[in-house]
Amino acid sequence: MAQEILKSLKAALWFMFLTFPIMVIKVNTVYKTIEWRWMNMIFIGVGIFVGSFIWRWLLNRKDRPVAKKDFVPVSTRVQAYLAENPMAKRALQGVLLAALLCFPIFMDAYQINIFTVALMYIVLGLGLNIVVGLAGLLDLGYVAFYAVGAYTYALLNTTFGLSFWLVLPIGGALAAIFGILLGFPVLRLRGDYLAIVTLGFGEIIRLVLENWNDFSHGPSGIAGIDKPDFFGLELNLNQMTDAIYYMMVAFTIITIFFVGRLQNSRIGRAWLALREDEIACQAMGVGRTRTKLMAFALGATWAGLMGVVFAAKTTFINPASFTFLESAIILSIVVLGGMGSIPGVILGALIMILLPEYMRSFSEYRMIVFGGAMVLMMVFRPQGLVSNFRRKYSFHGVDERLGG
Amino acid sequence: MDYFLELFLGGLTRGSIYALIALGYTMVYGIVQLINFAHGEIYMIGAFTALIIASVLTILGLNSIAILVIATAAAIVYSSAYGYTVEKIAYKPLRNAPRLSPLISAIGMSIFLQNYVLLAQTSDFLPFPRLIPEFAFMEPVSHIFSSAELVIVSTTMIVMVLLTLFIKFTNIGKAMRATAQDKTMALLIGIDVDRVISVTFIIGSSLAALGGVLIANHIGQINFYIGFIAGIKAFTAAVLGGIGSIPGAVLGALILGWTESFATGYVSSDYEDVFAFALLVLILIFRPAGLLGKAETKKV
Amino acid sequence: MKKLLLFAVLAAMFVFAGCSQKPKEEAKPAEAPAAEAAAPAATGDVIKIGVAGAHSGDLASYGLPSVKAAEFVVKSINDKGGLLGKKVELVVVDDVCKPEVAVSSANKLVSEHVVAVLGHICSGATKAAMGTYLAAKIPVMSPSATSPELTKSGEYPNFFRTIAPDDSQARLEIDYITNVLKLKKIAIIHDKGDYGKGLAEFAKGFAEADKKLEIVLYEGITPGAVDYSAIVQKIKQSGAEAVLYGGYHPEAAKIVTLLAKKKMNVKFVSDDGVKDDTFIKVAGQYAEGVYATGPKDVSKNPLAIEATKKHKDAYGEDPGAFYLNAYTAMLAITNAIEKAGSTDYDKLTNALRTEDVETPIGKIKFDEKGDAIGAEFSVYQVKNGVYVEVQ
Repeated sequence: MAQEILKSLKAALWFMFLTFPIMVIKVNTVYKTIEWRWMNMIFIGVGIFVGSFIWRWLLNRKDRPVAKKDFVPVSTRVQAYLAENPMAKRALQGVLLAALLCFPIFMDAYQINIFTVALMYIVLGLGLNIVVGLAGLLDLGYVAFYAVGAYTYALLNTTFGLSFWLVLPIGGALAAIFGILLGFPVLRLRGDYLAIVTLGFGEIIRLVLENWNDFSHGPSGIAGIDKPDFFGLELNLNQMTDAIYYMMVAFTIITIFFVGRLQNSRIGRAWLALREDEIACQAMGVGRTRTKLMAFALGATWAGLMGVVFAAKTTFINPASFTFLESAIILSIVVLGGMGSIPGVILGALIMILLPEYMRSFSEYRMIVFGGAMVLMMVFRPQGLVSNFRRKYSFHGVDERLGG
Repeated sequence: MDYFLELFLGGLTRGSIYALIALGYTMVYGIVQLINFAHGEIYMIGAFTALIIASVLTILGLNSIAILVIATAAAIVYSSAYGYTVEKIAYKPLRNAPRLSPLISAIGMSIFLQNYVLLAQTSDFLPFPRLIPEFAFMEPVSHIFSSAELVIVSTTMIVMVLLTLFIKFTNIGKAMRATAQDKTMALLIGIDVDRVISVTFIIGSSLAALGGVLIANHIGQINFYIGFIAGIKAFTAAVLGGIGSIPGAVLGALILGWTESFATGYVSSDYEDVFAFALLVLILIFRPAGLLGKAETKKV
Repeated sequence: MKKLLLFAVLAAMFVFAGCSQKPKEEAKPAEAPAAEAAAPAATGDVIKIGVAGAHSGDLASYGLPSVKAAEFVVKSINDKGGLLGKKVELVVVDDVCKPEVAVSSANKLVSEHVVAVLGHICSGATKAAMGTYLAAKIPVMSPSATSPELTKSGEYPNFFRTIAPDDSQARLEIDYITNVLKLKKIAIIHDKGDYGKGLAEFAKGFAEADKKLEIVLYEGITPGAVDYSAIVQKIKQSGAEAVLYGGYHPEAAKIVTLLAKKKMNVKFVSDDGVKDDTFIKVAGQYAEGVYATGPKDVSKNPLAIEATKKHKDAYGEDPGAFYLNAYTAMLAITNAIEKAGSTDYDKLTNALRTEDVETPIGKIKFDEKGDAIGAEFSVYQVKNGVYVEVQ
C-alpha cells in the first residue's frame, strides 16, 4: 500500500511540474503583468494523486481477464445468444424498430434533429467500416466522398432544379467513381502510406471546393438548397423534420441490412481474407485489384448518399463542413465501436454524436472531455466497445464418418 | 533570377521548419509504427512554454541572450516531458492493441492537448517576443534572407547531422536501430525496449520544441491551433521522404517547402496545398515507400 | 443482426432525453403544432429571446461579447419591469460557427419558442440557420454577419443586422485607395474564408468597374500556414503599391511583419477583421501605418459609453468584438417588441422597419432588406499603437 501511495505521489508531483508553465503562469504581454495561479497546481496535484489510483486499478483490471481462459465478453455472449435464438433476435428487432418509429411523437424538433444527425453518422460509420473494418484499408479522407455527394446535390439542385430523389443515386454513383479514382493509384500502398495519401486526397477535394469559385461558389458555400420532396406534400418545419427523420430510419435499416449481407457474401469474405493476409489471399485466387476497388467504391457510395441527405437537410453547405476533423470523427466511430462490427459502429456513432451534443451545457469543456474520453476509451478498451463477433463454422461430418 | 532565388530561400526556410517537426514523426514511426498525431501539439506546447518563460523573464528584466537560452531550454525540457508522458499514458498501454487503436488514441490526445492549452491560456493569438537578434553581418541581404531564417536553416542542418551521428555511433542509437528492425529480437538480446521508445519520444519532442521556438520567433505569434497544420505538413514530408528514414524526412521536408514556395510564386497560392498533396500522391505512386524509404519485401 | 447493446443504449438515451425534456413538454400545446400558433401562445409570462453564435472554439472571441451585451440589455429591461409586462429571458446556444451545428441550434431555439434571435455570428452559419427561422417565422438580427447575400438576395425577409455588409466595406476601401491614397496598382489578397474572400471578390469587382485601379495580383493564402514569405515575394514582384487584404488579423499580422522585414514600401489596407487591438499587439511596431475599415467611431455616443462602462464594471476589461453591435441589436429588438405591443412576427418586423431607435451606434432603423440605416463604416489608421479614424 505504501508503495502505491508513493507511486501516486510521484505521479502527482510529475504532473504538477508538467503543468506548471501552462496552468500556473498567465502572462499579459501587453500590460507586462504576470498572474500566478497556484490554486491550479494544487488542483492538479490532488486530482492526479487520486486519479492515478483509479488509473492503475483500471489498468490491472483490464489485464486480468486475459489470464482467465474462459472469459467471454458480455457483448460476445449476447451476440452469440442472439445468433442461436432467431426468435429473441426478431423480438429485439421489433422493439427497437417500434422505439425508433415512436420516437418523434414524444420528442421535440431539436431532439429529432440530433437523432437524425446521429443516424446519418451511423450510416457514414457503416460505410467507412467497409473500407477500414472489413477490407483493412486505413482511409483518413473519407469525408471527401461525403463532400462529393453534398456538392452533387447542391449544384444539380440549385442550377438545374433536379429533385432530391433523382440526385440521390447520382450522388452515390459519383462518389463511387471518385472512390475508384482514388483507389487506383493507391492500390500498391500499404498501411500508413495509404492513410496519408487518403488524407491528402480529402484535403485536395476540400481545397478545390474552396478555391474554384465558378464551380462551387468557394468558401461562401451554396445556400437555398431544396429540402427533400415527400410525395409532393406541403410540409411545415416540424413535419419536415419528422419526415427526414423517418427517411433516415429507413436509410439506416437498409444500410444495416445491406452491410450485414455484404459481410457474409463472397466479396465480404474476400475483404476479410485480404485484410488478414494479402499474399495468401492472392494465392487463393482472390483478385486484389478488384476486391480493393470494390471496397473503396462501396464505402464511398454510402458517403455520397449521406452527402446528398446532408445537403438537403441543412439546405446550406460550404467547404468548412468537410475538414479532416470530420474524417477523424467518422474513423473514431468505427474504431471506438469495434472494427468490423455493425452493432459496434452503431453504438460508436451514438456516443460520438450524442455525447458532445448533450454536453453542450459544458460548452468550453466539451472538446477537452471528448479528446480525453477518446484516449481513455482506447487505453481501457482498445478493441472497441463491441468486439467483433466471428461466425464459427464447425464441421461435424468427419468425426461421424470416422466413428462409423 | 532574384525572384527565383528569393523563392528558393523562402522554400528552404519553410522546408527546414517542416524538417524539424518531421524528424520527430519519422523517428517515432520508425520505432513503434505509430502516426503520432499529437506530435504537432508537442511542438505547440514547446512554443507556448518558450513564450511564457520568455515573457516572465522579460518582465523580471534579464538580458536578451539569457532569455533566449533559458526559454529555449525550458521549451525543450517541457516538450520532452510532455512527449514522454503522452507516450506513457496514451500509447504504452496500447502496445499490443489492434493497429488502429493507438492512432485514435493519438487523435484524441491531439484534441485534448489543444483544448488544454486553450482553456489554461487563451484562444487569442499571442505575440511571440523576438528572441533571435538581427546579426549585423546579415544586414546587406536581410531583405531577402533574414537572420532568423539563417538560424532556422542552419539549426536544422546541424540537428540532422548530429542526429545521424547519434543514431549511427552511440549505444542507445544502435539500440534504437535494432528496435526499429525487430522489436522482439531486440528484447531477446537484452535491449530495454521501453526505454528506447521513451528516449525516441524525448528526442523527437525536443526537436519539435526547437522547431516551435524558431518558428514562433519567425512568425511572431502563436495560438493553440498552430500545431495541427504544421503537424499534418510535417507528417506529409516524413512520408514523402520515406517514413522511418532521417535524411528522408529532411529531404522530404525541403522538397515540400520548395514545392509550396515555387507553386505560390509561379502559379498561385490558392492551390499551394493542392500541389503539395498532389506531389505526395505522385511520388508514392512511383515509389510506394517514399523517396529514401526501403522498399519492403514481405516474406511469406 | 444482434442489437441488444444498441437497444440498451437507446433505451438509456430515451430515458435521459425524456427526463431532460419533461418540463418543456408540458409547455408544448399539442404534438406537431403549426409553427405560427406555437410561437407567442406557448411562452406564458416570459418573453424568450435567443442568442446564437460561436461561444466555444477558435472563433469564440467573436461570439462571447454578444452574449454579454444581451445580458446587460436584458438586465436593465427586467430591472425596469420587463417588456409588455413580462420578464425577458435569454436562451443562449453555441453554434461554433459551423453551418450544420447552426441548424441544430436554430432548431433548439425554435423548440424553445423564442420570439426573436440575436445572432448568428458568422455569415455561413447564419445562412444555414435562416431557413429554419423563416419557416418558424422568427426575426433574426445579427451583430456581425456581413455577407451581402443575407440582405440583398431577398431570400431572408426575416433577417436584420446592425453592421454594414461587406460590399460597402469593399467600396470604401477601393475608394480610399483611389481617391485619398491616389495609388494605381493594388494586390488583393484574401484568406480563402467566407468573409475574406467575399470581401476580396467585391473589391475586385469594384476596382474592375472603376477602371482607375490596376489589379496586379489577386490571390488567396492558407490561414495557419507556417510561413508567408512566398506570397510576400510575389507581392513584391507584382509591383503593387498597396495590398488590400480580406480576412482576419492573425494572418494580416504575419503578412504585415514580413512586408516590413523584406523592406517593402507598400500600403496595407484591410477590413474590420483586422481592426482589432490584438492585431496591433501582435504585429507591434510593424502595425504602424496600416489602414483598416471599421464601424464609424462611436466613442462619443452616450449610449456606447454607458454600454462599455457596464462591461468594464462587470468584467474589469474592455468589451470584445461586435459588443456594441450586439448591444444595438438587442436594443432594437426589445424596442420593436415594445413599440409593436406584441411578439407577433408581422408586427415585430414592421416595427423594426418603421421605428427609429437610439442605440450605441447612433439612431437606426432597418430598410426593406434588413440592413441598418445609419450603420456605416469609416477608415482607421494605426498611429502610435492605436487605431485612429482618418478622413
